[in-house]
Amino acid sequence: MEKTLAALSGVLERSLHGEAISQQRGLLQSLDPRVKLVGLLALIVASAASRSLWVVWAVYAAGLGMALLSGVSLGVLLRRVWLSTFIFTGIIAFPALFLIPGRTVWSVPVLGWGVTEPGIRSATFLISRVLTSATLVLLLMLTTPWSHVLKALRTLRVPAVLVVVLGMTYRYLFLLVETARDMLEARRSREVGKLPPAEERRAATALLGVLLSKSLQLSGEVYLAMQARGFRGEVHTLDEFRMRPHDWPALGIMLGAAALGLWLGQ
Amino acid sequence: MHIPDGYLSPQTCAVMYAAAAPFWWVALQRLKRSLSARMVPLISIFAAFSFLIMMFNLPLPGGTTGHAAGMTLAAIVLGPWGAIIAVSVALVLQALFFGDGGVLAIGANCFNIAVVGSLVGYGLYRLLAGRAPLRSRRRVVAGAVAGYVALNAAAFITAVEFGIQPELFTDASGAPLYSFYPLSIAIPAMMLGHLTFAGIAEAVVTGGVLAYIQRVDPSLLRTTARGSGDSEATRTARPRRLTPLWAGLAALVVLTPLGLLASGTAWGEWDSAEVTAEQAAYHIRELPIEDRQRLGAEFGRLAQNSESPRSIQELVAAGRAVAEGDLYEAGDIVQRQLGVLRAADPERYPQIATMAAAIRSPEGLSRWSTVWTAPVPDYAPSFLRSEAGGYVISAAVGAVLVGLLAWIIGRIFAGREGSTT
Repeated sequence: MEKTLAALSGVLERSLHGEAISQQRGLLQSLDPRVKLVGLLALIVASAASRSLWVVWAVYAAGLGMALLSGVSLGVLLRRVWLSTFIFTGIIAFPALFLIPGRTVWSVPVLGWGVTEPGIRSATFLISRVLTSATLVLLLMLTTPWSHVLKALRTLRVPAVLVVVLGMTYRYLFLLVETARDMLEARRSREVGKLPPAEERRAATALLGVLLSKSLQLSGEVYLAMQARGFRGEVHTLDEFRMRPHDWPALGIMLGAAALGLWLGQ
Repeated sequence: MHIPDGYLSPQTCAVMYAAAAPFWWVALQRLKRSLSARMVPLISIFAAFSFLIMMFNLPLPGGTTGHAAGMTLAAIVLGPWGAIIAVSVALVLQALFFGDGGVLAIGANCFNIAVVGSLVGYGLYRLLAGRAPLRSRRRVVAGAVAGYVALNAAAFITAVEFGIQPELFTDASGAPLYSFYPLSIAIPAMMLGHLTFAGIAEAVVTGGVLAYIQRVDPSLLRTTARGSGDSEATRTARPRRLTPLWAGLAALVVLTPLGLLASGTAWGEWDSAEVTAEQAAYHIRELPIEDRQRLGAEFGRLAQNSESPRSIQELVAAGRAVAEGDLYEAGDIVQRQLGVLRAADPERYPQIATMAAAIRSPEGLSRWSTVWTAPVPDYAPSFLRSEAGGYVISAAVGAVLVGLLAWIIGRIFAGREGSTT
């Protein structure tokens, strides 16, 4: 239960942190969200398609450079991305050092396991790509308010109804997260000591059941509220972005870099 | 199970987007028709709930904790199409907002978890729950089993996607570019965790929440409980417009020649050449170190006495491969140059002669391979010159056969239901 509480609080904290950074002045914050979305996606594709480690690293370095210019603290970026990458991908990549067949470059002294050259290359590839992509996505999210990201998705021809659903999901997610947190805390404050696991499982599933019926009820109420305001099932989004003079060169540079990466990476 | 970017090649990601797209389209169309304006708030809030499920840590039997993915629960409450959209939206949000799962891999994650997970979970729940009353214990068990199987089905597909990467994408030196474990490692590694902890978490959440809903608000279960004896049970509409699904299937059939791009052969599809190479590599590995050195030297000497430039090149390479311990390379060359090696004088090249004698042509394999000749060997009928065309036709025939089988099974079940109602 403590773990769940911590996870729920983490959601709220992160979103607040993101909002704060997106309000600062900086390079990425000054760009049109569509430019950021398209440009960063192109860079992610370039790093994903590359057959050369140098290209992946160059894209990663470009990401770190953009972070510096946007006032995103490198500490936060490195901690968030590296920690999760090494916990998950690191565990997966480590055995590959020994398992992938090829020329042995180094043996572990006592165990005698051989570290192979293709093993090192493959593990480095995987970790570098995961780091690069996660960093660029995090940069996009940190420097752009969520509502702007969603509107920018329209330029990628994502159907309007999905964009609206994504926006509403995000909004009500926080309501549900807070509700869940309140319920968990209320329950926790009435308990003394630790519950047996079976009891705790029952409590957790009951809580989820309540949340489920609450969320369905909520959706009914939201629907009525929307109807009262004239909602007829069609969705419209406002595309109010306007490209400013410095957006075009920024888009050009990002796409150019991505194209160069794609070409060099072959 | 959320695949981050970097594990799958961009090509695979694109194929997975294409695979998920028809399901999204059908789901949206069906929801628009059955829910009309209600759809937007219902799906939004249920997606938020799906997101939340994935954050709930449960203590599991055995002392660890785990969290569920919740697609079976979503499918039981919303029906399969609603679940596909709601879980997909939750996954997109997770990828963008939390970096949980990659952006390029969204298509793959949605296909594995939202599409496969929801459909398997829904189908199995309907099958196991039958027409049991809404409050029956059977529904709880059906939900738990469906959740367990659906999660494992999703994990299996994910493992297959990982496992085909090293076959398809390597750099010039042969090092895999993306996920590097072959199917023989990827599948057991993924399934171990999902058949145990994650699967149990999914079963506990699905069954537990279902039991709770039964106590407090069983009407939530009505959507997917046709014929449960409940007078208010709503009938789910028969799927009418499946055109996009057929289009998707047709597209996949046309795309099958992509399989030709794979340079390696799938594990378990060795032909006798590969078996020969394997035997050679095995023989060299078992040699004592001095014999191995002698063998390397004999390759060099044989190369000097050889006439054809190709043999010279290959034998020199074989000598180097043996010296460096690159047995795969050595085995391949031995297999290609087996004729030359067998012709070598056993007096002057004793190590080569011993090796050649140790390599037996896989008689068992060739004998058995003639017992059953598939009507369409290697997926390409003999009258077809183009291999790609053969693939397309074979895929189409395969799809029709599988469809026919599914239809027959469907008829049997439909017949049974019809006779009792």
